[in-house]
Amino acid sequence: MLYREAGQFKTSYQADAAIFPILQDKIAIALIVLTAFVVVPLVATPYVFTGILIPFLIFSLAAIGLNILTGYAGQLSLGTAAFMALGAFASYNFMLRVPGIPVLAAFAGGGLVAALVGVMFGLPSLRIRGFYLAVATLAAQFFILWFLTKVGWVTNYSSSGVITAQKIVIFGYAFTTPEAKYLLVLSIVTVMALAAKNMARGNTGRSWMAVRDMDVAAEVIGIRLMRAKLLAFAVSSFYCGVAGALVAYAHLGTVEPEAFSLDLSFRILFMIIIGGMGTVLGAFLGSAFVTLMPVLLSVSVRFLDRNLNLHIAESTISNLELMVFGGLIVFFLIVEPHGLARLWQIGKEKLRLWPFPH
Amino acid sequence: MSFFFEVLIGGLLSGIMYSLVALGFVLIYKASGVFNFAQSAMVFFAALTYVGLLEMGLPAWASVPATLVVMIVLGLVTERFVLRPLVNQPQITLFMATIGLTFFIEGLAQLMWGANVRGLELGLQDEPIQWVTDKTGMSISKFDLVAAAVAAVLVTSLALFFNRTRIGRALRAVADDHQAALAVGIPLQQIWAIVWGVAGAVALVAGLLWGARNGVQYALTFVALKALPVLILGGFDSIPGAIVGGLIIGASEKLAEVYLGPFVGGGIESWFPYVLALAFLLIRPEGLFGEKIIRRI
Repeated sequence: MLYREAGQFKTSYQADAAIFPILQDKIAIALIVLTAFVVVPLVATPYVFTGILIPFLIFSLAAIGLNILTGYAGQLSLGTAAFMALGAFASYNFMLRVPGIPVLAAFAGGGLVAALVGVMFGLPSLRIRGFYLAVATLAAQFFILWFLTKVGWVTNYSSSGVITAQKIVIFGYAFTTPEAKYLLVLSIVTVMALAAKNMARGNTGRSWMAVRDMDVAAEVIGIRLMRAKLLAFAVSSFYCGVAGALVAYAHLGTVEPEAFSLDLSFRILFMIIIGGMGTVLGAFLGSAFVTLMPVLLSVSVRFLDRNLNLHIAESTISNLELMVFGGLIVFFLIVEPHGLARLWQIGKEKLRLWPFPH
Repeated sequence: MSFFFEVLIGGLLSGIMYSLVALGFVLIYKASGVFNFAQSAMVFFAALTYVGLLEMGLPAWASVPATLVVMIVLGLVTERFVLRPLVNQPQITLFMATIGLTFFIEGLAQLMWGANVRGLELGLQDEPIQWVTDKTGMSISKFDLVAAAVAAVLVTSLALFFNRTRIGRALRAVADDHQAALAVGIPLQQIWAIVWGVAGAVALVAGLLWGARNGVQYALTFVALKALPVLILGGFDSIPGAIVGGLIIGASEKLAEVYLGPFVGGGIESWFPYVLALAFLLIRPEGLFGEKIIRRI
């Protein structure tokens, strides 16, 4: 009833190729963006900003990056966190060593460095496929972290290997409050998500999907495999690099290479699997799930513990959380292997027909 | 020169230890096409259960079969509740499910037996054999030799099992093509149950040896990260590949650490095996012994 495109006629090719062709979608997206930019800053508390919203947005960005590589181009990667680390440390060095560089340029520089290294580690993908490639990307994960730990120049010879991000100042305005940082992250994520969405539905994205579905066939119909695969690695690493820079500058403030461990790579892979491979929306849904899940779990377990007087030991709680988290991942994969984005699509189909069953 | 050989032999023997973990991965991949990341958690679980049972007062000779039973039950439960609902899903989904399983098993193991570091005594000393040291001046650990012997027995029996028995042939058929195997009347679920049971048994052997070497602790789960380059070097679906890969990785890792490490600041064993395996892959994309994949349109 409410969600039906009947009567919305397209009179030009431009209208037909619009990013959200249905009016209701346009309204919904506008409402979401408006809420995120205006309503949320008015109501949220600092804890919500720093503990939930900022990490959620940053990990969404990283998940979009991985989704480009794994979901669209079909190249499984386990080295996401390392590219984030590269972005963070490269941005730090740009800020440190290039006098007067704008922060946003430093972020982009961090992304570009990550992209460059991403292409280097993407080269084997021209020959190796599937899980062999996945394990090969672990080489990137371990090598980059080792490099960042061992080479003192990268951390400006800090004795503990920890870097402290400089202040974010754009046009004389210092982004110090959680609210300001949130708005900055939100703007960057919005712009980059839009860019990703457009890339994915254009020529580039289609060639990626062709490579994903069957690379031999894609090559036969004239898609340049090398270009498509390396571009996917470059764009994906760029996104991850910027996300890493944001982790350092807007989220944690001080980071060490260990913050970008293999565990984080897996978490971002979870996000795109649970959210839905090959969708930009899925990256956000998956990131929300993986970021909120542990918070909700620990809150609810502690709530039960307090009210029922169970006196569960702290270690037991963390083990229980681990089990529930693992169990939920398996559960979600069994119930909906195509992720939350697919659930949303099914919901939309149902909405179109509502209140009739067929 | 004697130092070189000492490092080389030490590396080869520690490579065998990696192979033991890699074997579990190969078994399940060979029989179901699942890349089972939970193998390392199973190793951890097996070692913890064994030590836990010992602490409860069970003698060692009874603890081993008891743990074996627990591992087989764990394998069966996994097959029933994780794999069976996911038949015919893409490989990456199955892979992610096993990562979820990893979290679950790690949580369960520590919930049941606690997270303390424990020692595991197998009655084997990790000390050099005296007469070898006297003869050649090299120190070679008795423990490593026993581990190598265990691995040799395990590999031989598994290779025989896969190539000479009815069940083994059925396993290989299932790995090739689920649907075709079902069509010729191979009971898929029974086969998977067997494989997960056997993988549990291999995890027990690996868990006992690794636990005795490093102590039973959470760090045991990181052993998988050592086994992965072994896997890609040898090929995911080859049992001999796991052994040869383990030997190559073990030896080159130790040699690189000794001869190359000082020039770059040390600590290179975290990534060196991966880069080495990557170099091998560029020449043979399916690993040394992996089945060659023919791709058609």
